[in-house]
Amino acid sequence: MSDLNTAMVERYRTNFLKEVEANVEEGEWVKMCMQCGVCSGSCPLGKFWAHPPQEIFMMIRAGKREEVLSSDSMWMCTSCYNCIVRCPRELPITHIMHGLATYAKRLGLVPQNQPTAKFAQLFWDNLMKKGRVNELKLGLALYFMNGFGEGVKTALKKQKLGMNMMKTGRMNPMEILGGHAVKDLSGFQKVIQKAQELEDARIAQHGARQGA
Amino acid sequence: MAKKQYSFYPGCSSQKGASSSNYLVSVQTMCEELDIQLNEIPDWNCCAASIGYAGGGELPRLTLSARNIALSEQHNAGQDIVATCAACWLSTREAAERLHEDQSLLAECNTALAEAGLKLKNATPIKHMAEVLVEDIGYDTIAAKVKKPLSGIKIAGYVGCQTNRPFGIAGESYENPRYLDKLVEALGGDALTGYEKKVQCCGGALAFSEPAKSQEMVKGIIEAAYDHGADLIVTPCPVCQMNVEVYQDEINATYGTQFKMPVVYYSNLMAVAFGRSAKDAALNAQIIPAKALDDLAAK
Repeated sequence: MSDLNTAMVERYRTNFLKEVEANVEEGEWVKMCMQCGVCSGSCPLGKFWAHPPQEIFMMIRAGKREEVLSSDSMWMCTSCYNCIVRCPRELPITHIMHGLATYAKRLGLVPQNQPTAKFAQLFWDNLMKKGRVNELKLGLALYFMNGFGEGVKTALKKQKLGMNMMKTGRMNPMEILGGHAVKDLSGFQKVIQKAQELEDARIAQHGARQGA
Repeated sequence: MAKKQYSFYPGCSSQKGASSSNYLVSVQTMCEELDIQLNEIPDWNCCAASIGYAGGGELPRLTLSARNIALSEQHNAGQDIVATCAACWLSTREAAERLHEDQSLLAECNTALAEAGLKLKNATPIKHMAEVLVEDIGYDTIAAKVKKPLSGIKIAGYVGCQTNRPFGIAGESYENPRYLDKLVEALGGDALTGYEKKVQCCGGALAFSEPAKSQEMVKGIIEAAYDHGADLIVTPCPVCQMNVEVYQDEINATYGTQFKMPVVYYSNLMAVAFGRSAKDAALNAQIIPAKALDDLAAK
């Protein structure tokens, strides 16, 4: 368990809803949920969620902290925004799901080998390097994210797809040598690093303050 | 007629040698014909799309978009931002709205931007190219430019998710948006208005991390197009285009189907209908060739 997780358990002891409201993106909306279930019924990957959004909202209010944060449910969100536009109370459900996923990751509670969690991190690391996504390196990193052996198998399986992309000029093997980048890379990285520090400090302070 | 000018955010996937570089080529052709001038935002960065959330938290993610808007306000002052990628548009507009509603987030964001000498005024409208076409240009003007009508070509308008929700195009419904059909009709094509999968999710970025789940949805999107007798699918989104076109071999292997359905951008259609060459319309970048368009462009 991470130190921050221990601190948050201490701080919010009996009130998971408060913890979510203070630390999760758009978390202050959770208590507005009226349990109609339209979000769950509208989700394109709904059948794969152990706990669909409606249930997640009720579980937060019921204090089921561990079950919610270590669930892989919110990692099934495809960001299709069906739930957002259909919610009668206009909860920003997509953002809350992203926020819960990010918060779980911050606390070290994401299930092992959750593929979307891993891919999302690869994507972020990739874009931070040059300020723009390098699709070739991202694709290769994806193939090899579960180890070398599986990576070689995946790469072979995807060979035809890769050739198709290359032949049509939609993938450039030379991107491996650096590729597209922002010009003011150091400025870019300083800006995002500062944003990261400000957010980390804000959330660490929540964990540090005693008594919810 | 004076050219309409926009501050242009092309996005990572449209760069040379990237997965939707063909989108950019055809958009440039389309804009030449419609007297639209796109002024690229200097030194723009990635928006983190809809999958960056886990690596970067809320503030770093919003700051990515804020940097782009600030650069646009500095270098392309007074021009609306226009994006061709659905995710670029959504992320940028979402960031602008969130930072408008939450002043403390905006203050943090500007503290971060100051590290590179930037400041966000956050007073710039952010549009998708589809909005520019429908609202600023209009179907009638588009129809008047047509030199080679797409006569007899049956086209399924696949709007997808992020060009449609949560913002969408003014006056259109989320559940049954009609602008792609109207655009096809303006170009003289045969719009399959009853195409029921028009707003079905393709899986987005989960096509990479959860391929089986995504491809099951893509299968439905293609199958419905065949059921309606479509010659091709048209979409406004680079992720939709890629997910629905490039995995058809894998889907055929999994499900025993024999899909070979071309998937193009509205800009491919427009470039051909405006009488431009197959090369200017970027038809050479189709993995599954759009034969009906190739034939028309060659006429």
